[in-house]
Amino acid sequence: MKDRNASGQFRARGLVVAIGASLLLGGCASTANPQDPFEKFNRAMFTFNDAVDRTALKPAATAYKNVTPTFVQTGVNNFFSNLSDLWSSANNFAQLKGGDGFNDLTRFAVNSTLGLGGVLDIASPAGLRKHNEDLGQTLGFWGVPPGPYLMLPLLGPSTVRDTVALPGDWYGDPWTHVNDIPWRNSGIVVRAVDQRASVLDASNLLEDAALDRYEFIRDGYLQRRASRVLDTDKAEERAEKVQKGLDKVQDKVQEKVQQVQEKLGVNKTGTPDGSNAADAPAAGTPDAGSAPNNPPVPAPVSSQPVQK
Amino acid sequence: MKPIAQLIVTAATVAFSTSVIAAPAPASNEAPDVLVKRVSTDVIDTVKADKDIQAGNRNKIMDLVNSKILPYVDAQKMTQQAAGRFWRQATPEQQKQLSDEFRTLLVYTYSGALAQIKNETVEFKPFRASPTDTEVEVRSQVNVTRGEPITLNYRLSKTAQGWKIYDINVLGAWLVQTYTSTFTSEINKGGIDGLIKRLRERNQQLASKPLAAPQK
Repeated sequence: MKDRNASGQFRARGLVVAIGASLLLGGCASTANPQDPFEKFNRAMFTFNDAVDRTALKPAATAYKNVTPTFVQTGVNNFFSNLSDLWSSANNFAQLKGGDGFNDLTRFAVNSTLGLGGVLDIASPAGLRKHNEDLGQTLGFWGVPPGPYLMLPLLGPSTVRDTVALPGDWYGDPWTHVNDIPWRNSGIVVRAVDQRASVLDASNLLEDAALDRYEFIRDGYLQRRASRVLDTDKAEERAEKVQKGLDKVQDKVQEKVQQVQEKLGVNKTGTPDGSNAADAPAAGTPDAGSAPNNPPVPAPVSSQPVQK
Repeated sequence: MKPIAQLIVTAATVAFSTSVIAAPAPASNEAPDVLVKRVSTDVIDTVKADKDIQAGNRNKIMDLVNSKILPYVDAQKMTQQAAGRFWRQATPEQQKQLSDEFRTLLVYTYSGALAQIKNETVEFKPFRASPTDTEVEVRSQVNVTRGEPITLNYRLSKTAQGWKIYDINVLGAWLVQTYTSTFTSEINKGGIDGLIKRLRERNQQLASKPLAAPQK
């Protein structure tokens, strides 16, 4: 992991420096958190975003949630979620995750056709889970470090790397290619309101839980983002699979060993007692004298390792 | 009138929760994954079956948290980890106050989350640990009706009273780590007493606030 980051650091440094310098204009302050050197700027942006949220987005989302029928909300959510599957699929392929890539592509194909343009999500009940990969994660996969935490106006928490990746994500978002500008813009607004509505409960909880919401969101976001880039969960699943494979191999080896032992046990009557002395020292010694009478004995002896 | 009533309720719940904590947890030799599975199934079933809880009845939810969840939570270890190096600088009295207040805050937060359970199902992932382990992680995910499944992992450590949860991971972020820098900056500002005071103020604020908007 370290090596990957180190090599990526080199490539990303130019971009990071350029973006950092142009965006932040020295709005940095000396702070305790090494991941957040732009805390002063970020806090100002956070306050701004919060004001926008309180006055416009949250009330709109609350109204949307209370007034719109649930099936409409689900349909809107599914529709935009379906569009995002296409870009997610591309990013999965770019991260060499072929299985997930095909999965997301199939999701898009199935939901766009049988799901009436994505309004119905029929792929999820069919077992095709959503993955949500973006360009920032792809860059992270190839070793680009996240860089400092960055609070973007209106768009919320991000990092320098993910901000650099944003134009790519915009390009990869099919909705931005809608030519009719009023349609495009209202779609973007509806999507924002819908997404805000889906996290209303969570954001209320957050207000209760956090002493300092800025810090809480920052630390939570950075951890979550890192775990998404590293696919902590999937890595664990993979480790699980490897472990299972190893277990299988081990079982097979043991089986083989037992088979060999059984064979040896059968042959043992003919061969000297050297190999199975460890297996049955107690049973072996009294028999040693009466080798010709042995035939019935090997059966119980060879079955002993199996019981173990 | 109202604040006083709230205060009494809070005092009562805190007293109750302390007594629950002090009582020995049942089935102390239960395996950690079995324990988490049992507790979470139990809690979810209770919430789904109880209309009052879904409507945000604070007392009922607090009862549920206190009786079914807190006995399996190691609040002191949780607080100790969130406080990091400051824990050793605190007096035993401060340590106790700090972990009491932190636990109360988590109870409020958790209560709010419980009131939101609707159609979610919890799926546990394969558990792997050696019998000699004293710290383990139990992994699960909450399958929701729309969107990606939500990661929900637990860290448990072995105590004399059986396995206890000391950290949870929601959506990839560990609770203790998320609180660490809050604790650090509050302590830098006003010392350990300052942090205790902040937590206490927040808890009083939460006690006087309606728990959750009624579900539709």
